[in-house]
Amino acid sequence: MVSFKQKFESTNWSTISEKILTAEHRNIELALSRSGSGGLDDFVALLSPLAGKEYLEEMAQLAHRLTIQRFGKVIRLFAPMYLSNECNNICDYCGFSMGNQIPRKTLSLAEILRESSALKKNNFEHVLLVTGESSTKVGVDYLLEAIKTLNDCFANVSMEVQPLSEHDYCKLINAGLHAVLVYQETYDKVSYSKHHKKGKKTNFDWRLDTPDRLGRSGINKIGLGCLYGLTEDWRTDSYFAAMHLDYLEKRYWKTSYSMSFPRIRPYEGEIDPIVDLKDRDLVQLLCAFRIFNHELELSLSTRECPELREQLLPLGITTMSAGSKTNPGGYSVTEDSLEQFTISDERNPKEISRMLSEKGYEPVWKDWDSSYHGKKDNLTGVSFSTNKKVLKSNSISSVC
Amino acid sequence: MNDYFKQLEIAGEKFNSRLFVGTGKFESGEILKKSVKKSGSQMVTVAMKRANPKGAEDSILDFLDPKIVKILPNTSGVRDAKEAVFVAKMAREALGTNWLKLEIHPDPKYLMPDPIETLEATLELAKDGFVVLPYCHADPVLCKKLEDAGAAAVMPLGSPIGSNQGLESREFLRIIIEQASVPVVVDAGIGTPSQAAEAMEMGASAVLVNTAIAVSADPIAMGEAFGKAVEAGSMARIAGLGAVRSNAHATSPLTSFLS
Repeated sequence: MVSFKQKFESTNWSTISEKILTAEHRNIELALSRSGSGGLDDFVALLSPLAGKEYLEEMAQLAHRLTIQRFGKVIRLFAPMYLSNECNNICDYCGFSMGNQIPRKTLSLAEILRESSALKKNNFEHVLLVTGESSTKVGVDYLLEAIKTLNDCFANVSMEVQPLSEHDYCKLINAGLHAVLVYQETYDKVSYSKHHKKGKKTNFDWRLDTPDRLGRSGINKIGLGCLYGLTEDWRTDSYFAAMHLDYLEKRYWKTSYSMSFPRIRPYEGEIDPIVDLKDRDLVQLLCAFRIFNHELELSLSTRECPELREQLLPLGITTMSAGSKTNPGGYSVTEDSLEQFTISDERNPKEISRMLSEKGYEPVWKDWDSSYHGKKDNLTGVSFSTNKKVLKSNSISSVC
Repeated sequence: MNDYFKQLEIAGEKFNSRLFVGTGKFESGEILKKSVKKSGSQMVTVAMKRANPKGAEDSILDFLDPKIVKILPNTSGVRDAKEAVFVAKMAREALGTNWLKLEIHPDPKYLMPDPIETLEATLELAKDGFVVLPYCHADPVLCKKLEDAGAAAVMPLGSPIGSNQGLESREFLRIIIEQASVPVVVDAGIGTPSQAAEAMEMGASAVLVNTAIAVSADPIAMGEAFGKAVEAGSMARIAGLGAVRSNAHATSPLTSFLS
């Protein structure tokens, strides 16, 4: 089977760009009438400027219907936990970039547990571990310890860290890692080189191959996405993200996938966005992805402002972060280490939960159980008393 | 006289309703509770991955009264027999029940049940004393094999889960129902009360509905509608349906010379 890298290299950026720009009414209407079952051809049509201009409401209605049908009236909530802002990369859009003269911090195990308690008090069961890229200070052994520890406290532990080898992913999955988010940032090689100036992240191909390594390691879920604002032609950029998803889904069919739509936020750094992805464009992107893939998890972070987050909810969003802190120790330990980016929706988890209920959605805190995969050695069936969740008389108690 | 309200019996337990309700996708626990009540269902499935401590904000269990409805834990999210057996045992300890809706779908996109792993897990769990209700394809041979493996009922799909497409597998369901010696519960894909009634008219022992109720604009009324449809379909089956003919049969053109 052809690897994604081969597929990627044989696909011409400007040909795709041209197809998107020249999509006609009939292409868009066909895509809508068959609910996107025409695959990437339909995605091209839905991504076109013409679709954004004349068919946005129709796309939104369809995206809403498809999302409710598949996911129901629920939104899963998660919290990011920043473990470290150490980073050996220089990337011109990121607050953690090595060139930035900021206080650096890596959480100790005790600090991680304090962060856990703070998150647990706010009901969180799904946690996303985030770090910069420093293989000496935040290497695989550190991540392994963190995952082992947190797996005893949370129902679902995912991570967004530097790309790792297949062997290392296997180790972390065995320790209970559920999902890995690894955004390509941009699929435009020239733009990628411009923004990633130094460090391991300059290696475009290694990053591009990461979801394949994850797929081979048997991970439960892979998160993809572009960072919007890095590359001028955001439509073509997102086409490649869709193509990547399409490839992975066929090849690693036991894995589920999520897609995120981060837009560059202000930070202690250097650049302004190359292109300003408008709210209208973001809506089109969300709807196009939902119609393209009805089962895809679509995630929305606190980068976006409260008003917009609420408006985007019914269009296809299935997962949200709430009350996020983007600095290591931000929930409990310290306030002085620098943030990766400034969040925009500052409401606390309770407020987000209330808002969801008011809008007719159930906020779901737990939609997984860490004992499902990765702890197969415990399959004795004799007693689960050593397991973190012991359920007695119809109730579940947790040691965390 | 026919008993139109014959109870459903599975593994020695009797139920007045032949409607099972799934608990996912509802907008709130309160609405779930009211919908289940109105539906008259006495059997609700709960995904163990959603099971949370009682009192937790999104605890489904808080809204289900085990005195009124039987809670049927399911293994949604597992990918093979080994994981399913683990979760089954976790559910037994957690909820104090040996009843289990076994679902193994390694494919997270269409959630298609894995026949090989399902058969293997059924065999192991039944031996271990579980009352196993496996979700499976509408495959008559597989259903007989599941029965042989010790399944207390079989739960073949009508169409892909959550699709509301109805009984796309009806020709195979007919064979399964004809051959079964355990209850057949049509699970997955039922999108309207009329489709639920159709399954009952075909002779299904019960149906399981979730999405069609949960995502309705009025899940409480829809729960009631499904309850009534299942009852109507069941009654119609027992009362005896007339044969379907493609043309009128007022005369007998080929044999009238005999009279």
